[in-house]
Amino acid sequence: MTVNHIVGASVPRKEGWDKVTGAARYVDDMVLPGMLYGATVRSNVARGKIRKISFDPSIAWGEFVLVTAKDIPGKNCIALILDDQPCLASETVNHAEEPILLLAHADRHKLRRAVDAVTIEYEPLPPVHSMEESEQQSTIIWGTDNTFKRYLVEKGDVDTVWEEAAHIIEGEYFTGAQEQLYIENNGVIAAFGPENGVTVWGSLQCPYYVHKALMALFGLPEDKIRVVQMETGGAFGGKEEYPSMIAGHAALLAMKSGRPVKIIYDRMEDMVATTKRHPSRTRHRTAVSKDGKILGGEIEFTIDGGAYATLSSVVLSRGTIHAGGPYYWPSVRIRTKALATNTPPHGAFRGFGAPQSLFAMERHMDRIAQVVGISPVEIRRRNFLKPGQTTTTQQVIREEINLNHLLDRALELSGYAAKKTRFAEENKNGMRKKGMGIAAFLHGAGFTGSGERYLNSLVGVEAGADGNVRVLVSSAEFGQGTNTVLCQIAAEALGLPYESVAIAQPDTTVVPNSGPTVASRTAMIVGKLVQSAAKGIKETLTKTGVLSDDYTPEQFRTACKQYIAAHGALKSYARYEAPGDVYWDDEKYRGEAYAAFAWAVYVAEVTVDLTTYAVTVDDFVALQEVGKVLHPVLAEGQITGGVAQAIGFALYEKVIWQNGRMINNQMTNYIMPTSVDLPPIRVFFEELGNVHGAHGAKGIGELPMDGPAPAIVNAVEDAIGVPFHSIPLLPEDLFEALRPASEQEAASSTRGAA
Amino acid sequence: MNPSPEAGAKCEVLFTVNGEAKNVLAHPMERLLDVLRNELELTGTKEGCGEGECGSCSVLLDGMLVNSCLVPVAQASGASIVTIEGMSAHALMHPLQEAFLECGGAQCGICTPGMILAALHLLEKKPEPALADIREGLAGNLCRCTGYMQIFEAVARAARRRVRK
Repeated sequence: MTVNHIVGASVPRKEGWDKVTGAARYVDDMVLPGMLYGATVRSNVARGKIRKISFDPSIAWGEFVLVTAKDIPGKNCIALILDDQPCLASETVNHAEEPILLLAHADRHKLRRAVDAVTIEYEPLPPVHSMEESEQQSTIIWGTDNTFKRYLVEKGDVDTVWEEAAHIIEGEYFTGAQEQLYIENNGVIAAFGPENGVTVWGSLQCPYYVHKALMALFGLPEDKIRVVQMETGGAFGGKEEYPSMIAGHAALLAMKSGRPVKIIYDRMEDMVATTKRHPSRTRHRTAVSKDGKILGGEIEFTIDGGAYATLSSVVLSRGTIHAGGPYYWPSVRIRTKALATNTPPHGAFRGFGAPQSLFAMERHMDRIAQVVGISPVEIRRRNFLKPGQTTTTQQVIREEINLNHLLDRALELSGYAAKKTRFAEENKNGMRKKGMGIAAFLHGAGFTGSGERYLNSLVGVEAGADGNVRVLVSSAEFGQGTNTVLCQIAAEALGLPYESVAIAQPDTTVVPNSGPTVASRTAMIVGKLVQSAAKGIKETLTKTGVLSDDYTPEQFRTACKQYIAAHGALKSYARYEAPGDVYWDDEKYRGEAYAAFAWAVYVAEVTVDLTTYAVTVDDFVALQEVGKVLHPVLAEGQITGGVAQAIGFALYEKVIWQNGRMINNQMTNYIMPTSVDLPPIRVFFEELGNVHGAHGAKGIGELPMDGPAPAIVNAVEDAIGVPFHSIPLLPEDLFEALRPASEQEAASSTRGAA
Repeated sequence: MNPSPEAGAKCEVLFTVNGEAKNVLAHPMERLLDVLRNELELTGTKEGCGEGECGSCSVLLDGMLVNSCLVPVAQASGASIVTIEGMSAHALMHPLQEAFLECGGAQCGICTPGMILAALHLLEKKPEPALADIREGLAGNLCRCTGYMQIFEAVARAARRRVRK
């Protein structure tokens, strides 16, 4: 058998040709006979009791299909974790844009007018619009204390460190909501039949999440719900939980009308009504020795979950575990909570809580450096985690990671030292000030703690009589390269050409539940299972004597044909088994939080223009250790794309809220980076390997979202000497901070009078 | 207020799409995007925002790069239109598609058709674009996946190949 090198090679993306020729089928490209269009009537208050719904008599309502909560055959909830979010509000609404009624019609233009012709009257209830109001608990909007979830992580005895500390350094940091802004809006088509039940085709990340939600909503058994993932035009977490909602809506309309129903949101509806990144507030209080060693600290991390629990507990978990960064804390107490407010629920978005708490950690490290009187480079060197030491959850670092080496290399690649010297000189003159900023960070791959054990993922591989192999997983492709990487792994395991392996379209009647496509788990966890299942095919063939250990693709084909003729279908399944040495205590939040971490040091070079107050990133170095790189072009694309989103998070993307509703819900006034806004994003990898992942791979997708924002804001401080603690950092924020205090006072008193 | 897409009686509109003569019956204010996708079943042209910001619906209209979500179909009367499906209608299409595939220029693929049309338009004007030209030429097309770097590489590669030929 010839040694192939499919893993590690940049083979063509499986669905790539269809994408570049326009042949790829997204849900809006699909039309079913007799199909209606569906639309959603939503609340226009943040909190209230529904008093009256009236229908403008100028509309021929008889032509429309109308669905309310009363039409739900099962439980009126979007089943996920706590099942507290209704599919359709019936008596009270808890956020603006909450779905109340559904309409369907064959004519989209008539449908739009009909939505506008429904008037809903409310008895208003007092809303809660900030984390501060929520935690004051003067108005209770969820449970008994407005709190979806709390975690407490404790290591060592932090109460004794304050006395011996040379410095006690405090800081408070904020991050804003961020819209995922996948270019394809949320959309589904649903069909209903008394025999087959519900079928949904949609743009989604997690077929079995939708499957579970529809079972509860319709009260149907699992074989009466079918979910098919269509080509998905970007997701980034934004199609993790929300598709269950829109799929439920389309399916209810389909059931009532007896016809297929398509719901495709337009951009404004998608932005105003669907999930965003959780806004956050982090408070640090850190005890540091004279020479800059962290002795211990307290971290409070709080996120705004919006009106329903949805995924907030899980986002909070990841933010909690990442809050201490890649540093050694002899003692620490981390208290975290997810709070309810009357905004649409915040949800999954690449990084999932980690970008928020790591922004605070990495800004705080620069602050500590200043107080101690050493450089941002030196403060990190003195506190980096080393192999053998433990994280804040007391996970022992077993990998031979050398963060000092990563830091050295990143500094060299960015020309850090020379630029620092040059900028210090050049910044003395002119209005354009330049600065350098660093962020060091880590990202845990896969579900947290015991999560992978609960998921219990199952993966299949099948071979046909023609010797072609098909990978059966519910892991979805939405740009990140799932199809390609999993086929590479299977081809490598079987010693077959990449072209002989295909991946099944995720369809719950065809593929097993290999878990959701989230948490940077696909290449590492699902990939490893694909490898095992593929090996299972080989073993079956060799054990039955139709294939020798050493074979050509031709011989493999013949063996498949022989086996199938004699025994029938040739399939092999592999189920997740937790590594024996992974220990996690859900109660104490202690133990092995993740099977592996990816590690990174990023360096940003920025210019702050004191005439326009604009910050531009001029150069960006992204160096990471992600285990084995399975596909260099795809891996690089994950990093450049993540860094670009994170530059948006830091400098451009601001959700403007008014009474709990996003008011800049258009691409015209919610600004994401364009091709002229970004620096060269220079990507470098180190490959240490990882025993738990396929071929030593770790997670990669979320990592690049974590580091850029703090690196950039650190660079802004380096350029102009002004610390900022909140993102997004827009020109108006710089303007406000930089103008003389006298002017700021005058402006605020004028505003107060008006 | 904008005129409704159904304003006016349906009328016959004649134009050429990817080299083929087409004759559609449509309201004059219907969006060219909808006519291409729904009437002509050319679903490679995508809708991202419906307001001319994202460029996913980009097509060439008499050689101009336009957002087809902003073009009333009546305005396309008599025009020659190129969409992503027009591989044989334009000599540059295939080399660009190949380069996008090789360089990782397409991830989720939803912006890709528009992006390739924008790149094609750029290379027509500037056969040997500098990086700054590529950035400028694609500035009307948003991509949320790639961070653009591999798209720049793809456009540069397609340009180099063409010049060598």
